[in-house]
Amino acid sequence: MSFKVIDPGMMALVQDAGRSGYQHLGVTTGGPMDEHAFDWANWLLGNDRGSAALEITYGMLVLDVQADMTVALTGADLGATLNGESLAPWQVCTVKAGDRLSFNTPVSGLRAYLAMPGGIRAEARLGSVATVAREKLGGLDGSGQALQKGDLLQPVVEHAGAQHSMPEWAIPDYSAPLELGLIPGYQYESFPPVQRMKLLTSVYTVTSNIDRMGYRLKGEPVKGEQTGIISEGIALGAVQIPQDGQPIILMRDRQTIGGYPKIGCVFSLDLARLAQCVPGDSVAFKLMDIADAENRRMLYNRQFDH
Amino acid sequence: MTRMQPVNESTWIIYLGDEISEAVAAQVAQLTRSIRASLGNCLTDIIPSYTSVLVSFDLQQADRFAVEALLRTALQQVQGVSEDLSDTEEVVLPVYYGPEVALDLEYIARECQLSTEEVIRLHSEQIYRVYAIGFSPGFAYLGNTPDQLRVARKATPRLKVPAGSLGIADNQTAIYPAQTPGGWQIIGRTPLEMIDWDSQTLTRVKVGDRVRFEPVDRDTFIAMGGRLDEL
Repeated sequence: MSFKVIDPGMMALVQDAGRSGYQHLGVTTGGPMDEHAFDWANWLLGNDRGSAALEITYGMLVLDVQADMTVALTGADLGATLNGESLAPWQVCTVKAGDRLSFNTPVSGLRAYLAMPGGIRAEARLGSVATVAREKLGGLDGSGQALQKGDLLQPVVEHAGAQHSMPEWAIPDYSAPLELGLIPGYQYESFPPVQRMKLLTSVYTVTSNIDRMGYRLKGEPVKGEQTGIISEGIALGAVQIPQDGQPIILMRDRQTIGGYPKIGCVFSLDLARLAQCVPGDSVAFKLMDIADAENRRMLYNRQFDH
Repeated sequence: MTRMQPVNESTWIIYLGDEISEAVAAQVAQLTRSIRASLGNCLTDIIPSYTSVLVSFDLQQADRFAVEALLRTALQQVQGVSEDLSDTEEVVLPVYYGPEVALDLEYIARECQLSTEEVIRLHSEQIYRVYAIGFSPGFAYLGNTPDQLRVARKATPRLKVPAGSLGIADNQTAIYPAQTPGGWQIIGRTPLEMIDWDSQTLTRVKVGDRVRFEPVDRDTFIAMGGRLDEL
């Protein structure tokens, strides 16, 4: 009962909710770039929240089905096909031994999530299977490798706990304009007001320098008065402003500490949506109150309470 | 001087000072312990650094206000903590300062206008404090190096710095736990593994520890498992 990897494509990584509790030793969290799509993928199958799923970036992945199984596919439309028939994301689907599940290239969004019953079986390292290549942690065998040709993906349990269908309202439109909620913090106060306004009133372009560590944007430069700060802990979504004034938004595989000034943090669920952006997409920032972020996050979390 | 603020919906940062010092480092170490004790299971991650502590909590268990109250209680226990090093652990690390591994020793000596023997003596006589861990897993920033040993980072970083290498830059010294690229001036190498994810302690040093380097000769280095040939 498994999938066999025929072609690992651009990058396919096993991710769970992330490796928490070790950042004081310099170990980053990893975890799903698009938490929203990841959480709903597990929900569709009735899995525990945070169960390991496959994060498929860009596409080109080819899997052979070796036993009948129920899976869930969410996130980006990467032109998936089942035996050549188009397979849309945001649904549960039953595959049979001998089937071939293939992904082409992005149609909408950048990262798709494939969930299996109970999660994907993998060797936990420091309490998590989240794959972080540069730290050699996580993945199927714990060594930090992305999926390789010939790997076998096995579900944790044989039968899915449920087969839900997606509520329409929770399916995002990745082509809609994206406004990122910016929670002001860190060195926000040290940026001159006119520079803060530049960030909050300009449109930025997603560059090709985007990876699991961070998204580099390009646009109106934001000039701070500090060039460096005493290195401090970096929270998820922190917006670094290096000397050239071009914002870098720090994502799941971010370094744990750093010495660039930061103007605040992007709200977690907007960060998830950012992870679906591709080079050339436009994004804007708007100020977000911490209370608003907290409320939205609590409402979101409530969806997944059993 | 102490400031705290929420940076996102599940993270607080607490600043204990604006300048790097032994006194602030001692407070950071104490606050880290106090927060662990007071937040318990609500705590998902904590990142102590030179002058600050970043605290991530589980929003499913406590909201920002509940966490703020716990953090304020933890902060009270830090008042009065100063440079008292009596309760910090001292870690002694053997270091081989020989030419095969001390890739930049001659350069450092020239830059500082010292003999290589003097550089080694100065570097190994100092007692250091672990100010922060980051950059890569287990990469420890130690301070401060003696004033006579100040050198800048390399203009072009090395693509591969062998595991166990000790570097110096500005007023800091650091140990590379794994082979990574790096721009620090390499002064020696420890034969010990700095990280072991299968061990109880995971890393050999933690933020707040005191560290002393003990020069060892080539044979001892090799006998302790040191390797010479990783470039």
